[in-house]
Amino acid sequence: MSISRRGLMAATAAAAGMGPTLMRVEDALAQGIQPRRGGTLTTILQPEPPVLQIGVNNQGPTLIAAGKIFQGLVKFSPTLEPLPELAESWTISPDALTYTFKLRNNVKFHDGTPMTADDVIFSIMKFHMEVAPRARAIFQRIDKAEAPDPHTVVLTLKAPFEPFLLMFDVTACAIVPKHLFDGQDYRTAPAVQRPIGTGPFRFAEWQRGNFIRLERFADYWKPGQPYLDAIIYRIVPDSQSRRLALETGQVLMTAAGDIEPFDTPALRARPNLEVLTTGWEYFSPLSWIETNHRVAPLGDVRVRQAISRAIDRNFIAQRLWFNIGKPATNPVASTTKFHDPSARIAGFDPRAAMQLLDAAGLRPNAQGVRATIKHLVLPYGEVWTRLAEYLRQSLRQVGIQLELESTDAGSWARRIGAWEYETSINFVYQFGDPTLGVERTYVSSNIQRVTFTNTGGYSNPRVDQLFAAARDGQTAEQRRVAFSEVQKILVEEVPQIWLMEMAFPTIHDKRVQNAVRLGTGVHASYDDVFLTA
Amino acid sequence: MAFLKSFARNKGAVVGVVVLALVFVVAALADVIFPGTPWDMVAAPFMPPGEMDMLLGSDSLGRDVAAGIAHGARISLLVGAVSTVVALALGVSLGALAGYVGGVVDDLVMRFTEFFQTIPSFVLAILLVAIFTPTISSVVFAIAVVSWPPVARVVRAEFLSLRSREFVQAAEVLGKSRLSIVVGDILPNALSPIIVLSSLMVANAILLESALSFLGLGDPNLMTWGFLIGSGRSVIRLAWWMSVFPGVAIFLTVLALNLVGEGLSDALNPRLAGRRT
Repeated sequence: MSISRRGLMAATAAAAGMGPTLMRVEDALAQGIQPRRGGTLTTILQPEPPVLQIGVNNQGPTLIAAGKIFQGLVKFSPTLEPLPELAESWTISPDALTYTFKLRNNVKFHDGTPMTADDVIFSIMKFHMEVAPRARAIFQRIDKAEAPDPHTVVLTLKAPFEPFLLMFDVTACAIVPKHLFDGQDYRTAPAVQRPIGTGPFRFAEWQRGNFIRLERFADYWKPGQPYLDAIIYRIVPDSQSRRLALETGQVLMTAAGDIEPFDTPALRARPNLEVLTTGWEYFSPLSWIETNHRVAPLGDVRVRQAISRAIDRNFIAQRLWFNIGKPATNPVASTTKFHDPSARIAGFDPRAAMQLLDAAGLRPNAQGVRATIKHLVLPYGEVWTRLAEYLRQSLRQVGIQLELESTDAGSWARRIGAWEYETSINFVYQFGDPTLGVERTYVSSNIQRVTFTNTGGYSNPRVDQLFAAARDGQTAEQRRVAFSEVQKILVEEVPQIWLMEMAFPTIHDKRVQNAVRLGTGVHASYDDVFLTA
Repeated sequence: MAFLKSFARNKGAVVGVVVLALVFVVAALADVIFPGTPWDMVAAPFMPPGEMDMLLGSDSLGRDVAAGIAHGARISLLVGAVSTVVALALGVSLGALAGYVGGVVDDLVMRFTEFFQTIPSFVLAILLVAIFTPTISSVVFAIAVVSWPPVARVVRAEFLSLRSREFVQAAEVLGKSRLSIVVGDILPNALSPIIVLSSLMVANAILLESALSFLGLGDPNLMTWGFLIGSGRSVIRLAWWMSVFPGVAIFLTVLALNLVGEGLSDALNPRLAGRRT
């Protein structure tokens, strides 16, 4: 069995570094910092997750905290190259159908049971297949899963699927202990309340509404690691209290949406704090103005182009998000694979926007209004309300009157799913590959009455064809060609009006080392994080 | 004339009238002083008061806080007035019915009123606005629904005491219809407590509307004082002026309405006026 180019590359990465442990210690040594054992990392988690079992719940806070308890077969660098985690190496057959993972042989679950190929196959074929819709969609492509020996897993696909490995990060497919779930209802098994994984930290205590404490797992498979004794996630519902906790040193780190964008400049100025916006490459959330093509005049491509040209994305990035994140240039975020930098949406130009509206037959009336469009404000916090107000003012400049409607989070999701909206704001994770996170918004086969599908109702047979070609393409090059063409079509037709490549600030005390090293940032296992004195 | 004289005797009431007049002038001239909409982003964000021609500073999108307050005065006064009128219409008719007819009708109407009085009014208002989605009419409706019960009780009490007076009996003997007795004879004599109450209701309605907007339950298309404070709350450490000035505007208006209410009460009940001081 020979090794394909991609498999070879991954295998070399695994062999050359002998695992990331050594690379990291060397990096630290190069900076003159010796990893130090001991200490507790106090940080924040918000909103409070319902459970810490990945798969049963896949919301952001769950993934961040449970990413310390569980691990995946692989993990991803900021450029989305797979790195070994529970699999020490892997090979891909030349026909791109067979993936062979070689598991580490010294991995134990927190209850002392060794982790074997059985657990891995159970996690993929039973657990996540049953509880996680996103995993199910991909894992259904697996024809058979076999374990020739206790530390080897062979997965055979029905058809080649190039982004397959991206599904083995802990956030997509955490390895769970078979003996605690098999034969039970996975959602109600006792292990869901007391999660048992292979990660460097084990679940210790949870006082609802107050804190979650994870403690060091002494039998972790990397000798001498993790460095920290414990991680405490405090639940702090108010954003100003979170900022205060960080400023007074009550917590050493905040992540995700903990700190409002407008608070970051002040925190950046503090000498003891470090503000990072990296560590979201694997997720690469992209925000856009969600348009319902069934509502006139939004079905007219010229109207969507006009709206897109009436918006100053630099203003949004600078004034609303204080440069956390950057203006979007096309439907694929620049940190996602196969982003084509040459496909760019037309820039800010209100005059061109008005010409487009004229061409679409929308003439201004006596009040200068060409069309009135409703806008469902995204109820995820204040900055989204400000964004809606900004959009209303900018669109008014070109003669489109945006009428804002307020709603709550539940109704927002229901109305988007039921197509009961004209415009709104939406953002979704891209999961590293357009097939995994972009395709769903634009292909006509995914026009469903379900949130985060092609709810806008955009349909273009050529786009469908290209996404299918990219999905089934055997080599990265074949896929790149298809993705480039589809990006060029989409920036012309603007089915959704992309706004921002979003990022979230990770702010930590400078004593915290290695807070963000991977493309998944604070979702990583943190076995290499330590505190300097 | 006598009324004005006795009203003017209360210095606080006069101050209240002056402040209120000022608010009316600002609201009326909002389009002249600050042309265009208050949502326009006219300056750099977070400009402190006095810089870049921003009298009261600019907010997080560079909108003029002073323009927001001037245009917001319209909405606040409008909501205050309209919701009070609606609440008065409801409260007066139910109170008059209960007080004049009496008996089972009185019992039914009063139990209905008590039902509303046992529910915390602000919670009920939030619930109503949330159910009917926040628009200016649902906000007015919600405020009216939570503020009519006190009116009904006061009007009922007045009617109970007035309906047995001789002039009412005389009217009945004259063969006047019930409706014309209620509207033409009793109501004018019950007017003074209603007038005093309504000035306080306007103040209360302005506060309620501000509280709703503060919580993000205001009409998202209208600039109101509560919205200004709500949007400034989270950045108060960065831009205090965003919440302080609209807060001062609410404080002054509500205070003025209360002072006017007290002055009216004194002027309409001259016998009570002396006792307080």
